[in-house]
Amino acid sequence: MIVIENLTKRYGETMAVDAVSMVIERNSIAVIVGTSGSGKSTLLRMINRLIEPTGGRVLLDGRDTGSEPGYQLRRRIGYVIQGHGLFPHRTVAENIGTVPRLLAWEEDRIRARTAQLLEALQLDPAVYSGKYPHQLSGGQQQRVGVARALAAEPAVLLMDEPFGALDPIIREKAQDDLLDIQRKFGTTIVLVTHDIDEAFRLGDRVAVMSEGRLLQYDRPEVLVTRPANPLVARMTGSAERAMRLLSLTTAGEAALPLTAGESGADAIVVPTSASLREVLSELLWRGSECATVADANGAPLGRLTVAAILARARPA
Amino acid sequence: MPRPATLLRLAALGLLLAFLLVPQRFAPLFAPLAAGGAPPIYDQGNLWMLALSHLATVLAACLGSIVIAVALGILVTRAGGQEFLPLSRAVVSFGQTFPPVAVLALAVPLVGFGEKPTLIALFLYGLLPIFENTVVGLRTCPATVLDAASGMGMSARQKLVSVELPLAMPLILEGIRLSLVINIGTATLGSTVAAKGLGEVIIAGLLSNNTAFVLQGGLATGLMAVLLYDAVAALERRLCRNARID
Repeated sequence: MIVIENLTKRYGETMAVDAVSMVIERNSIAVIVGTSGSGKSTLLRMINRLIEPTGGRVLLDGRDTGSEPGYQLRRRIGYVIQGHGLFPHRTVAENIGTVPRLLAWEEDRIRARTAQLLEALQLDPAVYSGKYPHQLSGGQQQRVGVARALAAEPAVLLMDEPFGALDPIIREKAQDDLLDIQRKFGTTIVLVTHDIDEAFRLGDRVAVMSEGRLLQYDRPEVLVTRPANPLVARMTGSAERAMRLLSLTTAGEAALPLTAGESGADAIVVPTSASLREVLSELLWRGSECATVADANGAPLGRLTVAAILARARPA
Repeated sequence: MPRPATLLRLAALGLLLAFLLVPQRFAPLFAPLAAGGAPPIYDQGNLWMLALSHLATVLAACLGSIVIAVALGILVTRAGGQEFLPLSRAVVSFGQTFPPVAVLALAVPLVGFGEKPTLIALFLYGLLPIFENTVVGLRTCPATVLDAASGMGMSARQKLVSVELPLAMPLILEGIRLSLVINIGTATLGSTVAAKGLGEVIIAGLLSNNTAFVLQGGLATGLMAVLLYDAVAALERRLCRNARID
């Protein structure tokens, strides 16, 4: 758990970050979103003390982060940046082993951990361990960057625009992979982005920042249904709020139980992980009224109707 | 089948070694240049030993230049050392622009004749290229890579040793290469103050009006410079092959 209390950074007269307080629960993803110059990167970099705060403090699992040298703190916190920042003169395996080596792990343990991470990120260790960063595609470099940040099993992972340099198709895949990784390793993630769609897609909670101040920090559906002020409403896109709300709920969560006598044999079958937005779009496109929600093996679990979906496109 | 470039290198090395070890075999080649019954091949000393001490003087001076220039380059690229940049730059530029002959003339009264004044002159002369390349190499490390290194928990020292210097190494080596090559030639001047080296052959030729000697000293020095240049360049290529920055 990360507790941020009145964290402030002042550069001369300008307040880069102005008394921000927030709590990031263990095993959750908090996304900080804001325009450039909103102070979101500065806030993130004060958590691992790459930037020393002017005031306030950060507690990591109850311990003040100011109580140890910055470089030691950073070895316990994963860090991923835009454009990956891989060491060009080191192989993929050497890059991933960076922090474990700083922590003086045994070589065998480093090798095993590197292989485990490469596999988790769908990179065959036999093929990729010995490659150099310039021999990889952009998406692969980004994944190695994530693997390197996770190498020493940090409880917390900080990500500064991690997908900013990727093209849209790879970016979506990278976001899915990150959600998988987060579930697999149970890492607490703080991610900074300027992309509100990315924030809604990844965040358990989303913090909206502007001019150094934290405007609102809450679950995505609350940001849509009850924005704290007009600026938050504008950033979350008030014109699209109904659709955005639908995109936050999955078919599995919204499925109506199958009543007796219903076969669940609708022409349209959707997976539980599909968002209501996707299901609605599919129903409209096919001119159909209802869809069957099925599990991974195709067994029907429930159904969704257009009316049921539309009912969820309004604040409760 | 070795590549033509490799063959050429081996041929140059073979030629140099052959000339230094059994110079008399080359007598017929130089005979037309030695007028009036003068000896066609330098006979006042062992060419092999002269070449070795020439090389030793240059390498020793270069080692000194590397240590000082790289250390200065590191100092002025640290946060606390930036204010020393103009001063350091002035000092090493002075070392380069002050003529080595003048350094020799000034150094002899202080340290006497022999290797010492030559070492001082070459050391000063070799600082600039290494210093400038070190500064550029350290300054052009990609910001994202340095940010990642700090974010990963490297101390300033670890960052310097395991990220910044390896990334700057190709440029630093290029500076060393320039410095070495310049000084192989410049070291011939040392023979005017009695340092052992191939300059002795050239000076003997000039004094006795024997073009054959001048040519021998010049060619041997030139071949040595070309081979050294090539060897360091090969080392650079090895290092750069993987450390590509994109």
